[in-house]
Amino acid sequence: MIAALIVRDVRRGFTGAAWLPIAFFLLVATLVPFAVGPDARLLGQVGPGVLWIAALTAALLPVERLVEPDRSDGVLDQLAVHGVAEESIAFAKIVAHWLTFGPLLLLAAVPASALLALDAGSLWKAELALAIGTPGLASLVVAVAAVTAGLPRAGSIAGLLLLPLAVPLLIFGAANALLLEAAVSLLLTAGGPFVAGAAIRAVRT
Amino acid sequence: MKGLLKFSNVTLRRGGNLLFEDLEFELGPGERLQVMGPNGSGKSSLIRLAAGLLRADRGQVDAAELALAGDHVALDRELLLRHALGFWGGSVEQAMVALHIDHLAEVPVRLLSSGQIKRATLARVAASRAPLWLLDEPLNALDTDGRKRLGALVERHIDDGGAVVAASHQALGGEWRKLELKP
Repeated sequence: MIAALIVRDVRRGFTGAAWLPIAFFLLVATLVPFAVGPDARLLGQVGPGVLWIAALTAALLPVERLVEPDRSDGVLDQLAVHGVAEESIAFAKIVAHWLTFGPLLLLAAVPASALLALDAGSLWKAELALAIGTPGLASLVVAVAAVTAGLPRAGSIAGLLLLPLAVPLLIFGAANALLLEAAVSLLLTAGGPFVAGAAIRAVRT
Repeated sequence: MKGLLKFSNVTLRRGGNLLFEDLEFELGPGERLQVMGPNGSGKSSLIRLAAGLLRADRGQVDAAELALAGDHVALDRELLLRHALGFWGGSVEQAMVALHIDHLAEVPVRLLSSGQIKRATLARVAASRAPLWLLDEPLNALDTDGRKRLGALVERHIDDGGAVVAASHQALGGEWRKLELKP
């Protein structure tokens, strides 16, 4: 059932608007040269940080369609009736969300780095940091989606909740402190299913 | 034989209101129970308690493996009916024939009418191999033919040693044990 759920969520992600966060990511990266000017040295300095800010804001876009539709449509209830633990549901959703978000983001980071005048070495480092950090980010996004599911204006509340919690990922990712980034990402990835699982149980009425 | 559903001294409060107190009953193989009562008396809550989706304030609910059909569709709207039902497993083709929605198998769920959707949610229950069926307002949106087909499915499930709990204030066909909830 877990594998079927992952396949289903990946399919829904790609038939939905998986390209939307990616387009948003590229758009933010495009805005920066306009904002700080075309100075390649300056852009190269702020580039890795900008990639992370773009990734965090892009990660917010799908937050309302990750858990809420399945809650309101009774899919979460049926999964529980079929004996699937809420933590397993959350784990499947995290894996599926990363699959529809992570690889595309890593791909989009290539043109984004060109816009930010990053050299090949910096691009490679940024890609590595994003690859390490995005599972933690996916886990955090699903957990926040579960916590805010069913609330009015869930999207805005999710933003207020998610962005502060993502600050460690941002700091270590932008500073290219890969071991610390990995530690934070691991903590979030491991904790996310339990937070999301408890939230799914709590919002049940 | 072992019971399929057992409520022991179950008390449930919702939003500060006491819905029922010290409710006690047991359902064995071949039995069917109709939960009756006016709107808001807790019929749906009782079904969700039995399904393990709500927790009782006091008392204990023990249930065998079960299948649930409620208000929620829980079928992916963009998928063909066959594939949407297939996600939940079981003998989908037979269940679609039994509810006469087999000719809709290649139609996306989002194009189905509310009566056809209701039949589809009942088909998910019929396709499952669970011994206990929980049906919340199974007659809603069903036409005469649909009711007849549901009645036949329930009969067959009972004959096979299953049990059915249905929450409805309308008359269901056949002999049902009644549980009346107070307003």
